[in-house]
Amino acid sequence: MIEFRMPSLGADMEDGVFVEWRVETGARVERGQVVCVVETQKGAIEVEIWDAGTIARLIAEPGQRIPVGQAMAIVAEEGEDRQAVAAAGVAAPPAPPAAPAAPPSPTATPAAAGATVVSTPPVARPAVAAGLPPRASPAARRRAAELDVDLDALAIATAGAPISVADVERAAAAPPAPVSPRAAPAAAPSGPVATPAAGPGPEEAMRAAIAAAMSRSKREIPHYYLGSEIDVEAAHQWLERYNAARPLAGRVLFAALALRAVALALHEVPDLNGQFADGRFRRSNAIHVGVVTSLRGGGVVVPAVHDADRLALPELMASLRDVLARARSGRLRSSDLADSTITVTNLGDLGVETVYGVIYPPQVALVGLGRVLARPVVRDGAIVAARTMTATLSGDHRVTDGLTGARFLSALRERLALPEAS
Amino acid sequence: MSAAVRTSYREALRAGLRDALARDERVFLMGEDVGRYGGTYAVSKGLLEEFGEARVRDTPLSESAFVGAGIGAAINGMRPIVEVMTVNFSLLALDQIVNNAATLRHMSGGQISVPVVIRMTTGGGRQLAAQHSHSLEVWYAHVPGLRVLAPATLADARGMLWTAVEDPDPTIVFEHAMLLGMEGELAADAGPVDIDRAAVRRAGTQLSLITYGGSLFKCLAAAESLARESIDAEVLDLRTLRPLDVDAIVATVAKTRRALVVDEGWKTCSLAAEIVATIVENAFYELDAPIARVCSAEVPIPYPKHLEDAALPSVAGIVDAAREVMRR
Repeated sequence: MIEFRMPSLGADMEDGVFVEWRVETGARVERGQVVCVVETQKGAIEVEIWDAGTIARLIAEPGQRIPVGQAMAIVAEEGEDRQAVAAAGVAAPPAPPAAPAAPPSPTATPAAAGATVVSTPPVARPAVAAGLPPRASPAARRRAAELDVDLDALAIATAGAPISVADVERAAAAPPAPVSPRAAPAAAPSGPVATPAAGPGPEEAMRAAIAAAMSRSKREIPHYYLGSEIDVEAAHQWLERYNAARPLAGRVLFAALALRAVALALHEVPDLNGQFADGRFRRSNAIHVGVVTSLRGGGVVVPAVHDADRLALPELMASLRDVLARARSGRLRSSDLADSTITVTNLGDLGVETVYGVIYPPQVALVGLGRVLARPVVRDGAIVAARTMTATLSGDHRVTDGLTGARFLSALRERLALPEAS
Repeated sequence: MSAAVRTSYREALRAGLRDALARDERVFLMGEDVGRYGGTYAVSKGLLEEFGEARVRDTPLSESAFVGAGIGAAINGMRPIVEVMTVNFSLLALDQIVNNAATLRHMSGGQISVPVVIRMTTGGGRQLAAQHSHSLEVWYAHVPGLRVLAPATLADARGMLWTAVEDPDPTIVFEHAMLLGMEGELAADAGPVDIDRAAVRRAGTQLSLITYGGSLFKCLAAAESLARESIDAEVLDLRTLRPLDVDAIVATVAKTRRALVVDEGWKTCSLAAEIVATIVENAFYELDAPIARVCSAEVPIPYPKHLEDAALPSVAGIVDAAREVMRR
C-alpha cells in the first residue's frame, strides 16, 4: 500500500489547495504520471506520482486545503488487492495529532490493521514526523500549550527541524491560515477551484511566498557576493556557427549554453551545489539548476532543469524550453519545483549589467548572469571589441568562503572559453 | 562605597588571610613553605614577619600529617587555615578530609565541629604538567559534610576566607593558579562576602554560560565575543560548588532557556555533569535546546604549551560551543 501525499514544492510551502484528480479509482498509474492538480502559492501545479500501481482510493477533494505530507490517495502496489488496500486504508487506526499510537505501516495487511471501520478518513502523519511526536523543546511544548499552537502543524512548517519557543511564538503571532480555499486564478488551466472566497488572491499569495522565502534567506544566510567579467565572444561565435546549420526549432540560445557551463563548472566546485538543512550542508551529486522565471502577471517561479550537467546541449535546450513554456502557461509539475540544488538568474536580457542575487533557501548559491554586450577588451596589447558578460555568484558563507566562489567563477570562465567542449 | 584600589588576586587572598589572622587569635595558617618562603605562590608573603611563627607555621612535606593536625586543632577549638600546594597533592590527605573532617559532626551526633579551612591551588595553564595541573574540585564537591568554594573574582578572593573561617564545618577553598596574577579594581573597604549564592557576572537573555573559578574570565571574554554576533549571553559564576545554588541555576536557565556549562574538570562525572542533571531535574520545561558542556580533554593535562592549550577550555572553544547551542 502506498500513500500518495501532498508534495513539498520548496521549503516555504506549508500546504496546497486540491484542485482536481486526473485519474479515477481503479486506474493504473505509472511512475512520473501526472495524477492531480494542486493550487499553491506558485500557481496551479500538476502533481506527479513516483510509484507505479493502481489507484485504490481517492481521499482529497476539490477545495480542500491539505498540509504537505498528508495523504491524498491510497495506491495499491503490484500484486495487492485494490479493494483490500482501500479498505485497509480506511481501517487503519487514524493517527491523532497529539499522540499517534500506530500510524498505518506501508506493509500493513487488512488483517494486521484490524477490522474496526472508523467514519473519519485516515489522516497520514506528515513524513517529517515519521510516526513520532514532533520534535519540540520542552519549553516550546509548554509554550505551545499556553498559546494553543498545534505542534504537528508547526512540525510540517519547520520541515522536521526541532521546534523552539521562537517558532511557537511566531506561529501564534501569525494570522491563522484561511480555512476556505483561495480563489482560483482566472487563467488557471486546470479547472475551477471550489468557490472563490475571502483570502489572498493568487498574485498576493505568490508575493507572500516570495516574501517568506527571501526574508528567510536574508535572515539566515550570510551572503557573500563575487562578480567577474567573462569574455563570451568565442562562445557566441561558436553558437552562431552551431545554429547556422540547424533549423529554427533546433537552435540553441546562449542561455542554455550558459546554463550548461554553470552545471559543468559545479562539477569542479561541488560545494556550491546542494541544500543546507538542520544546521549542515548536504552536497548533491545531481545538479538540478533552478531557472528564475518571471511571470507575465508578476512574481517569479523557479522551475528546475534536472541533471543539467548530464544533458547534451540540444537536450538541455529542449528541457529549458519545455519548463519555461510550462511555467509561463501555469502548467508546472511538482517535480519542476521540488528539488533544485542551485539557482541561475539571467537578467541580462533586461539590460542589467550585474546581478546581486538573493539565495533561494535551502540552496547555498545563486549565479547571476548580466547583459552580454560588445565591450572594449585588451587582447595581445590591443583594444578590441568583444562580447562580455558579468557573471556573479551569491554564496552562503556558512558553507563556503570566497575562495570557493572564486574557483567557481574561474571554472565558469574556462567553460565558456571552450564552448565546443560543452 | 569607598574608592577602589588596584590590586591582584594574590594580594586579595593575602588581604583575606591578614584580616582573618587579625580578627581572631584562634586563627593560624599552616602548610608547606607558607612561612619563611612566603608561600609557593607567594600568597602568604610577609605574614610570618607580621604575625610570628606561632600563627604562620611551616610544615613538613606530609599532607596527611599537617591536614590531620589542622583538623585536630579545629576539633580542639582553634580556627586553622591549612594551605595545600595543589589539589593534586591534597589526594594524600583525602583520608583526613573525607573520613575525618567531613564525618565527625555526623558520627559524634553533633558533639564535634571541625571548623577548618583548607586552601589549595587548582587548574592548569602554567605548564606544570599532569601532576600539578588538574581540576579535581568535583572530588570534594561529591562529599557531604564539606563546603567547597571557588573564588574567581578579587572580591571573593578577599572576602570568602573569613566567612569560611566562621563556618563551623570544614571548608575547601580552590584558588585557580591562572587567576593569581589577575589585576583589577577592588573596593578599598572590601570585606567578608557570603559563601552561599552564585552570582550573575554578566546579564544576558539568550544563553547561560554556567561556570566557576578559572573559567569565569574565559566565559566573560566569550560572552563579549558572542555579543558581537548578536548572541546575548549571561554568565553565572557558581562561587560555591557545594552546596550548589540550585535556585540561581534554575533562574538563569528560566531566563535564557539555553545553557552551556564550562568546567575545567574532565567531562566524565564532572561538576558540569552535576549541573546539567540539576537543570534537567529542576528546569526541564524551561529548556529550548539541548544543554552543552565545555570541559577539559580527557587526558592528563599535557606539559607542552600547545597541547596544554588544546586540552583546556578556551575562549574560542566556548564561543564555538555557544554558537552550536544557539543553532539547535
